[in-house]
Amino acid sequence: MVENRPWLTAFSHLVVILGVLIIAFPVWMTFVASTHDASTMLRSPVPLLPGPYLIQNYKEILFQGYARTSGIPLTIALMNSMIMALGICIGKILISITAAFAIVYFRFPFRMAAFWAIFVTLMLPVEVRIVPTYGVVAGLGMINSYSGLIIPLIASATATFLFRQFFLSVPDELAEASRVDGAGPMRFFVDILLPMSRTTIAALFVIQFIYGWNQYLWPLLVTNHESFYTAVMVVARQATAVDATPSWNLIMAAAMLAMLPPVLVVVFMQRQFVRGLVETEK
Amino acid sequence: MATVSMRGVRKSYGGALEVIQGIDMEIADGEFIVIVGPSGCGKSTLLRMVAGLEKITGGEIAIDSRVVNNLEPKDRDIAMVFQNYALYPHMSVYENMSYGLRIRGMSKTEIDERVKRAAGILEIGQYLDRKPRQLSGGQRQRVAMGRAIVREPKAFLFDEPLSNLDAKLRVQMRVEIKKLQRQLGVTSIYVTHDQVEAMTMADRLIVMNKGVAEQIGTPIEVYAAPSTLFVAGFIGSPAMNFLETRVSSDGRLAIDGAALSPKTGLDPGRAVTVGIRPEHLATGGGLDVQVELVELLGADTLVHGRLSDGKSLVVRLPGNQVPTAGDRLPVQAYDGAWHLFDTETGKRLGTA
Ligand SMILES: Nc1ncnc2c1ncn2[C@@H]1O[C@H](COP(=O)(O)OP(=O)(O)O)[C@@H](O)[C@H]1O
Ligand SMILES: [Mg+2]
Repeated sequence: MVENRPWLTAFSHLVVILGVLIIAFPVWMTFVASTHDASTMLRSPVPLLPGPYLIQNYKEILFQGYARTSGIPLTIALMNSMIMALGICIGKILISITAAFAIVYFRFPFRMAAFWAIFVTLMLPVEVRIVPTYGVVAGLGMINSYSGLIIPLIASATATFLFRQFFLSVPDELAEASRVDGAGPMRFFVDILLPMSRTTIAALFVIQFIYGWNQYLWPLLVTNHESFYTAVMVVARQATAVDATPSWNLIMAAAMLAMLPPVLVVVFMQRQFVRGLVETEK
Repeated sequence: MATVSMRGVRKSYGGALEVIQGIDMEIADGEFIVIVGPSGCGKSTLLRMVAGLEKITGGEIAIDSRVVNNLEPKDRDIAMVFQNYALYPHMSVYENMSYGLRIRGMSKTEIDERVKRAAGILEIGQYLDRKPRQLSGGQRQRVAMGRAIVREPKAFLFDEPLSNLDAKLRVQMRVEIKKLQRQLGVTSIYVTHDQVEAMTMADRLIVMNKGVAEQIGTPIEVYAAPSTLFVAGFIGSPAMNFLETRVSSDGRLAIDGAALSPKTGLDPGRAVTVGIRPEHLATGGGLDVQVELVELLGADTLVHGRLSDGKSLVVRLPGNQVPTAGDRLPVQAYDGAWHLFDTETGKRLGTA
């Protein structure tokens, strides 16, 4: 801002701080709950400050699991989630960037038809096609497998569209200069287009990792063996376990752990992420 | 270094309209050819057909007497400089210049030697580690040139390489490109819409209009004997004055009533357009010009005025002659300075 109006500045800060508090409070409560023992969390009033059981709770949930439901250690679920999220995210980027490359840089029959076919699937979320997809996956014997978790979610119209728009904004002369320099199409793709798409890839990585990590409905359908449960599933199952007093301290510890990887991805990729969304470096 | 031949080269983009309507041209080894014409006349298209970036619809193009119609750009051994430079934004200057050589699998030491040598010639040695975005327009232009030079190709192709620069830099780079081309002796084809660039740089120029080569010749030939009305109006600044008239019964031309009547050998009654360059008019005798506007350029004075029959005329006077608007200015032409064109076909008929 050009003008310096102290009251306005103070007011905007107040609004921002309030917003942060409102968003952060549940997270804080989750953390606090994960540091007490089970009985404290069932008494009223609920504590607002951390207790002494942090290490014990996290150890238990990580290596023994939540005994009242399944009892698989959360480490396994976290690893499943990680494999699924990375698989979905990297797969989506690979497939969509090559699809966009084909659509933008090659003239083949039904090119526009292919583009529109991809575009139309934008309007069909996983949930709409979940029953037929399940049928196919079951038929192929991919229930309870990583491929079953990953492959059906791997196509991405959004990412294809984003890459297409980016490629369209790359000047044609760049492709022509590389042709004159002697680069074939794949060489151009790898040497020029990929490095130039760096920030777009980073932004998509963040978005798609979180998307993959937070999948709930599909893993719930396609796995029925504990060793393939994902972290998000495990957290949900704990909270809804019947016929038992919930151990909120462990449930909240699991929630904290399930939240951690997406947070880390955002923190570490924040700079590229923001640049990828706002900047067009050419 | 090579010769380039174009034989009946044509181009259409599918539609009925031909963007290039049959161009014939033999370019000698080491020659600097400028393709000049107004925007949209097909200059870039012609150049891109030589480069191999555009399919040739008809005729053939040969480089060093090898027909290249169906060769990929990389197999034609040409290098191209683009208007927007087309530097790879994520690569350093060094990487930009060496990319083509690396693809061709040249040894590291030889690449290094060539890049250093080209950087020396172009005085961009201290920028080799920079990214294109850290360079000014003129420096980017040099890098683009460097990328072409290191390849040591048979021909350089330039597509309006200076039009993104400011006026002063344009003049400077124009001189440098020309010098460089002399020094390297590489056959070059240079596209521009700027007739000053065309005149100053070309060994020979092709004046194009609507996909047709209106005239091919040295700058002086084109200036002194434009073969069509279009060329006459396009080359030269300020542009040639045109006056439509008819050949009178005694074979003379009646200009401004009969104030001037140069002799021609043409048939009486024929419709003729007479052209006269502003710099070929001088004060004294003959035509009577009503001065409307005076532009002072320092060295020259441009006088915009009207003849008594209402036709407008531009006269270029030495800078020390400054008529004022509203004055009447007597004007005469040098002998043989009148260019005669057939009004209907636009073809040159001679001088008077
Ligand atoms: N890809 C294309 N498809 C159809 N028409 C084109 C294409 N490229 C150029 N043209 C047409 O060809 C003509 C010549 O274009 P161009 O060679 O770029 O002109 P210049 O470089 O002289 O300004 C223009 O009328 C333009 O509209
Ligand atoms: Mg052009």
